[in-house]
Amino acid sequence: MVPQGEDIDRMEMIKRFVDSDLVYKFNRSPVAIIALAVTVLLIGGAVLAPFVTNQNPFDPASLNLMNGFSKPMEPNQFTGDTFILGADDQGRDVYATILYGMRISLFVGFSAVLFAMVLGVSLGLLSGFVGGRVDVIIMRIADIQLTFPAILVALLIFGIAKGITPPSMRDQIAIWVLIIAIGLSDWVQFARVVRGATMVEKSKEYVQAARLIGRSSFVIMIRHILPNTLSSVLVIATISLALAIIAEATLSFLGVGAPPTQPSLGTLIRIGQGFLFSGEWWILFFPAITLLALALSVNLLGDWLRDALNPKLK
Amino acid sequence: MSDHPLLSVKNLTVQFPSRGAMLTAVDNVSFDLARGEVLGLVGESGAGKSMTGAAIIGLIEPPGRITGGSISLEGKRIDNLSSADMRQIRGRRIGMVFQDPLTSLNPLFTIAEQLVETIRVHLPVSAKEARERAIGLLNEVGIPAASQRIDDYPHQFSGGMRQRVVIALALAAEPELVIADEPTTALDVSVQAQIIDVLKKLCAERNASVILITHDMGVIAETADRVAVMYAGRLAEIGPVRSVIKDALHPYTKGLMGSIPSLTSTDDRLVQIPGSMPRLNNIPEGCAFNPRCNQVFARCTKERPELMHYGNRNVSCWLYDEATTEAPA
Amino acid sequence: MSETLLEVRDLTRTFDMSKPWLNRVLERDGKRFLRAVDHVSFTIRKGETFALVGESGSGKSTIAKMVVGLLPSSSGEILFDGAPIGTGAGSSMRAMRSRFQMIFQSPFASLNPRWKVRDIVAEPIIAFDMVQNRQAQAARVAELLELVGLTASDGSKYPHEFSGGQRQRIAIARALSSNPEFIVCDEPTSALDVSVQAQILNLMRDLQDELGLTYLFISHDLSVVRHMANRIGVLYLGALVENAQARGLFEDPQHPYTQMLLDAVPDVDMTNREREEVIGEIPNPISPPDGCVFHPRCVKAFDRCRVEAPVMVATQYGEAKCFAAENVRKAGT
Repeated sequence: MVPQGEDIDRMEMIKRFVDSDLVYKFNRSPVAIIALAVTVLLIGGAVLAPFVTNQNPFDPASLNLMNGFSKPMEPNQFTGDTFILGADDQGRDVYATILYGMRISLFVGFSAVLFAMVLGVSLGLLSGFVGGRVDVIIMRIADIQLTFPAILVALLIFGIAKGITPPSMRDQIAIWVLIIAIGLSDWVQFARVVRGATMVEKSKEYVQAARLIGRSSFVIMIRHILPNTLSSVLVIATISLALAIIAEATLSFLGVGAPPTQPSLGTLIRIGQGFLFSGEWWILFFPAITLLALALSVNLLGDWLRDALNPKLK
Repeated sequence: MSDHPLLSVKNLTVQFPSRGAMLTAVDNVSFDLARGEVLGLVGESGAGKSMTGAAIIGLIEPPGRITGGSISLEGKRIDNLSSADMRQIRGRRIGMVFQDPLTSLNPLFTIAEQLVETIRVHLPVSAKEARERAIGLLNEVGIPAASQRIDDYPHQFSGGMRQRVVIALALAAEPELVIADEPTTALDVSVQAQIIDVLKKLCAERNASVILITHDMGVIAETADRVAVMYAGRLAEIGPVRSVIKDALHPYTKGLMGSIPSLTSTDDRLVQIPGSMPRLNNIPEGCAFNPRCNQVFARCTKERPELMHYGNRNVSCWLYDEATTEAPA
Repeated sequence: MSETLLEVRDLTRTFDMSKPWLNRVLERDGKRFLRAVDHVSFTIRKGETFALVGESGSGKSTIAKMVVGLLPSSSGEILFDGAPIGTGAGSSMRAMRSRFQMIFQSPFASLNPRWKVRDIVAEPIIAFDMVQNRQAQAARVAELLELVGLTASDGSKYPHEFSGGQRQRIAIARALSSNPEFIVCDEPTSALDVSVQAQILNLMRDLQDELGLTYLFISHDLSVVRHMANRIGVLYLGALVENAQARGLFEDPQHPYTQMLLDAVPDVDMTNREREEVIGEIPNPISPPDGCVFHPRCVKAFDRCRVEAPVMVATQYGEAKCFAAENVRKAGT
């Protein structure tokens, strides 16, 4: 009997979601539909990379150097292999490198946003709810953080990490340093928005009603206030994801990010730019287009979400 | 003078699109307003009373719009005027008082600047004359030491005083019609009493007509000559205020009057109307009030009653239709 | 006479309205305090409804918050069934907390929009460990929802699916869920339409009869108070000016401010009763007038009122803080 009740609840929830204003608005926004389609396509491709490509570009055994510099859509003059998006200097299929590179980019992006979100939401919640000195300290740290450009913070953390780790470890930890560096430069946004929302919610009567029955501050923060800040957190997380992917690409492009053994889209672009003027444009062009499409569609999705969730903007 | 009423609203319908469907906020509303008359427009939230007021002054926010009927001022239609022409009428011939005085007053300008500008835009007077006029108006609305306070900013006035200033501003160009939308709702009872007195007195002195939009029957009883009761965008009943209050015809008006706690009655229980007003996307067929009505009969659920004449007023209820042969259940 | 449930003695609350320290130094300005509640005393007996009525800035909501322990008092005592109410968290406080509840003004802000109705109503039950298992909890929530005129199936909906009146019913169900004896109602109907207000007021009276509740009813609306209360306290600038039996207060108000408030209520019955015009406005509470705070607006004010603050004196139906009322009484005896 009990699971039946829960099933009904779940169906009810799905029905409610399909009927919701959000879905209604989505169905009427071509930009949002296209952006979501592109995002799903790219992320899906990255996740399913081993199943939709013929080679693992980072497994030297699967590569054939004779395939180097194959042009897109043309059979290679030595091997006769055809690559849709061409191959790079070492004979790696550009299509495959993009999908595998995007895995790194997305992993770093999602992890960094998650890290920033957890940090920012907790600090913002604390700051807004407790107020007083705690609020002052957290918000001043956030202000100081904001005076440094995000990339600079990331470079700084990267430099420190490089200094304190043995050279043999560097490639292994590079990705994690990247995640922490980008995450740390991004938490302020979350903290500020959550702090603002918390201060609004805190003064509402439902919080007083919970206080009245002796609910602890922790329960009130987590169970009452947090769920009411999540829609703005979702918007920022989406936009931050686009920014994090770009930040990762920038750092990798500058050579301080993902190592060549685990290239991300940024690393691919860095590698590709060396061949731009020698005529092998596709090694740069296709990763760059992919990065642009990914960042743009995620960003548009975030913008749309913000408009859709905030009726005051209309 | 012309034989037209000052204001004539005929079959006014205001709709706005929502999720593909058109929601009808004001549904086939008609009434006339004579010169010098105070008409109360009363109803609960969502009844369409504010939307009716907004339609008359041409301030319906898009995507809402007037989709049917006409509004005429002294026999000339004003519902189809361009926004530039409408601006000439607003302020000059129709004055406005809103619930929140701060929406009518610009916080960056002194009261003097705002009053003088309004007067000079609409009347051919010099700056000096306009200022004298403004001080005179402030005196009339009961602002103490008006000649000094005129140079203050809106935030330097209390809520009640600000609403007095707004009334002065609404009357500055000697309009023939004043539309007051919940003018006292944000104010305390004692201040409300003062504001009602001022509004009533000044409009009577100028022979200006007033449409007083409010949810408060008490304010209507104090102020209005006639009252129109709205429900779900439609007029339920319209007639002389004393008749409507003392002897309501429409079952909704009866319920509404009974549900007001009174200072004099000692009844233990208030009359209550079951349920609540339908949402605009869910208005029942036939009479909009039929699911809540205690005198409902078969016809009410199928056929929509239009305003029909009964005694000294108009009421949209099948109980008062001569053709109603069915006995009420 | 039944026994006292709540006793409030000399309750005072001041707020620091000073400008920031640097501004005070630069502008040579002292600290400024607003006395929102000024030595208020009253008692509420079991099973009765005591109403506090006043205009904005009268301190009525501040008193409500202090009574339920949401706001600490500056001085004075609040005794609930003989024991002091604090804002602490001890176990005796927890036991006491389950015995009083509050209904708030806004049916929109008082329900968490992200919670289902059944979780909202169940929260006090869970907080006070009042049921053993989930079945018992669900049964109790269903019972409460039906008690306030909703259905058990409404529990699986979210607050935004309900109208203002229904939301206030949910808030009442939540308030009743911990089986309280005493409920503070802070303007429970001022955000509602009048026909819905009638439903809620009737419901509250029915519940009072059925469950033997005691109400502290806060309102600005004299006609609502007239309908609900057994006794009424009239507040002006944070102080009680009159405290009397409801019927007596309306028939023969002793304080000129009470009279003014009554005169200001619109005459919806169109009885054309005699009324005095309202004079002046509420003064700035940071610098209230000397003597009786009401004297600048009082038609009966005389010299003594301008210099000396009156104290409560007994009247026929209760007590009033007015020299004129005192004189009437003396003349009568």
